Parts: sequence; structure tokens; C-alpha cells
Amino acid sequence: MPEPSWKEIPTGGLIVKPGNADNYKTGGWRTYRPIRDPNKCTNCLLCFIYCPDSAIKVKDGKISHIDYDHCKGCLICEKECPVKAISHKSETEIKE
Amino acid sequence: MKLALSGNEAAAYAMKHINPDVVPAFPITPQTEIMHNFAGFVADGEVDTEMILVESEHSAMSAAVGAASAGARVMTATSANGLALMFEIVYIAASTRLPIVMTVVNRALSGPINIHCDHSDSMGCRDSGWIQIYSENAQEVYDNIIIGMKLAEDMKIRLPVMVCQDGFITSHSIDVVEPLEPETVKNFIGEHKAIYPLLDVENPVTYGPLDLYDYYFEHKRQQVDAMWYVKPTLRQIFADFSKISGRAYDIIEKYFVDDADQVIVTMSSTAGTAKAEVDELRKKGQKAGLLKIKLFRPFPYEEVSEALKNAKHIAVLDRSLSFGADAPLYSEIKSALYNQNKKICSYVFGLGGRDINLEDIKKVFSEIQKLDNTCHDIRFIGLRD
Repeated sequence: MPEPSWKEIPTGGLIVKPGNADNYKTGGWRTYRPIRDPNKCTNCLLCFIYCPDSAIKVKDGKISHIDYDHCKGCLICEKECPVKAISHKSETEIKE
Repeated sequence: MKLALSGNEAAAYAMKHINPDVVPAFPITPQTEIMHNFAGFVADGEVDTEMILVESEHSAMSAAVGAASAGARVMTATSANGLALMFEIVYIAASTRLPIVMTVVNRALSGPINIHCDHSDSMGCRDSGWIQIYSENAQEVYDNIIIGMKLAEDMKIRLPVMVCQDGFITSHSIDVVEPLEPETVKNFIGEHKAIYPLLDVENPVTYGPLDLYDYYFEHKRQQVDAMWYVKPTLRQIFADFSKISGRAYDIIEKYFVDDADQVIVTMSSTAGTAKAEVDELRKKGQKAGLLKIKLFRPFPYEEVSEALKNAKHIAVLDRSLSFGADAPLYSEIKSALYNQNKKICSYVFGLGGRDINLEDIKKVFSEIQKLDNTCHDIRFIGLRD
């Protein structure tokens, strides 16, 4: 979707519709991508608790996936994981 | 009814008649007297204003931004270093599109420290996105504040307005002022209409979010657009204002300019001094004129260009400097005349409150008569060489 022109957005830098942070993709800021190994993961959900961007997605009490549209690659999840189920790769490396 | 009021008292009266919801204030010479008077109106129950006595000017403008975002009609006043301390939030008030009206009682910026008049304080804010109106005398101070409030709140504009007056020269001199009836002012400015007020908890909005490379530029473009509406809107407000006051204004004031050979361009109280000298010279047959710039932001380029088309020699008198560059007013006038081959000269006067008198103005009119070409150096009036 193309970004709106200056004539179409609210003035003053205001955000006039609440709850739209989900629409603003911050995944592009990421340098390192966290990668979860489902075989090692015990679903303790510590990463879900620590993730500052709510990018660890949980379904029925278990981690379903990492939301790479919003993960900024801070790697707090990797640091906090007690069973080392999360590793990382650089985005450049992945693209190559 | 005619009253004997100083410029500061006139400003306080205008505020009283506007009866703003919130006034955050911090004292600074020579502005203090405005808030001193206005605090009296608050204490006597003559206004409904919530006055917030803050701990600095940075806080004063921050509280003004907060209250205006909440949906209030907000006014304040400051001078010199107080305005400098506000600087960060001055930009935020404009970019958040909050219609705050602030009287700036022009005073020299430190250092060395000085409390008297020049325009270095408000000129430092000329690129902040505020509308700037300069007042010649106490009557204009009163009128410009009321006009400024209506202009700021126009739905297409929604920008803050600085109403400037010369420190001490205007602010502390007693002048004849004819205020309007409070009811007339109330009807003229109308009810304050807030856009997305924060206090509307049913419709929550976010003020001041992070605005990066993907939206910031668009918001700046909107500010450019809002400024574009100022001139036509202000002309309409001037026309409406003349109906209730009998006082006709325009964004520039031409005093014997149309047939003038020599024209002085200046702002604020010095325009009054120059008018007196124009009268003297006209009696002697010299075709002298004065062009007063009332609206400095947005700058009236087309109007200036048109007004000065017949002038042979032009002197622009600035009460501030831009070190290493043209003085602020001269820079604009030169720009307005870029396609006219004019003999024009930049004069700087009155820094730190140095007096400018009729003799000085007379000397300028006489000097520019002999101009062969545009002069390249700034000339300083009343400076010891």
C-alpha cells in the first residue's frame, strides 16, 4: 500500500486512531534475526515475557512463531532463553 | 472609551477581553508587567482563566502546549532570554499546530546582558513556524493580540502567533488606547473550537509521537500550507476588525510610499518615529515615505515588491543582526526586490535599546538620496566609530 500524501494525514503529527502500532512495520530496522529451534524449546515463555515488541507469538500456551514484521532484532529473547533454543543470523547473511 | 495604558497594560487588557482558559507564565523583564496585571484580573475574578505559575519559560511553553492539546484556549507572554529558554517547545507548539497566542516584548538577547529593546529574541524564532506580527504602539498591541487569537484559531491555519512590541519603548510608555467592549471581543473571536482535544476521553488520540523519515517531511509540508492561508485570512480578519473598531489595518502599512523617491522600511515603534520625520520632510518638499512591515512571518514578498516599485532609494532599518549575513528584515526586502533594479541599503540601529531619534532618521533619508548603487556594507546608526 503506498504511503498517504501530506494532504491525507492528520495535521500536527497526531495519531487519531488508537491501536494502530500493529500497522507500522518495524522489522526492517533489524540487523540480526533471532531463530528459534522448536526441538530445543520447552515453551517456558520467558522470551514472550521479555520481548519488548510483543513479537513472540503464542497460541494455546505454546510459541507459534516470531513476528518478523515487528521484531527489531534486539536479541533479548536469545539472551534470556534458559535452554539456548534461540540463536541468530545476520539479515545480510540470510539475504545472500 | 479612551484609556491611558502602557503597551504591557494594553496586552493585559486584550488578554482580559479574550478571557483565555489557561495562561502559564514566568516573569521576565520587560514582559513581567503583563502577567502582573493579568494576575490581578484573575485574582479579582474578572476572568475565568486558570493561571499556572511555572518554574521557567521552558515549563511555561510546555504547559501551554499541554493545555492547548487538552483543548484549552491558551495565551502567554515572554521576552528575550525567556523566549530563548522556550525555544525547544516553541517549535513543538507550531509543529503540533496549537493556536497559542504569545506576546513577545522584544528585548536584546544576552550576552552581554541587557534588558532593553532590540529584535534579536523574536528574530531568533523566525523559522520556528510561528506567525509573527509586530506592533507599532500600545493600540496596535491590544488590537494585534485580539486579531492574532482569531487568526491562530482559524481552522485552515491552526498555528501559534507571536505578537511583538518594543520592550520599554512601547511596553512601559503610556499611550492612548481605545479598548473594545469585552462583549464585542467575545463575539469577534468566537468560541474556541478544539481539534482532537486530549480531554475527549471517548476519542483517544496520541500527541507528539515519534515521526521519522517516512512522515516528518509530510508534516512540514502541511505547515508550509497553513502559512499560505495566513495572508488572505488575516486580510479578512483586518476587514472584519475595522467594522467593530473603526481601525483599518493591513499586513504592510504604506505611509506616503506610492509617490516616494526615498523609502525607509522598518518595523514596530521605529515606524512611528519615521512617520514623524516623513511629515517633516514632506513639508520641505522631499518625497520621503515609510513602509512598515507588520506581518513578518509569513513574509509579504508580493506586497513589498508592489509597494516599493516606484521608490528610487530604499533604506531597510533592522533592530537585530545576523552575524556574517544580511540583517533579517533587509534579507527579506532584498529578496522581495530581486527582480527590481533598486538602490537599497541595510542599516542596523537600536541594539540593546540604543535610542533612535528624528535626527537619525533624517540622516538616513539624506544619505540614501546620494546612493549610486546598492551598498554592500551594513551601516550602523548611532554607533561610536
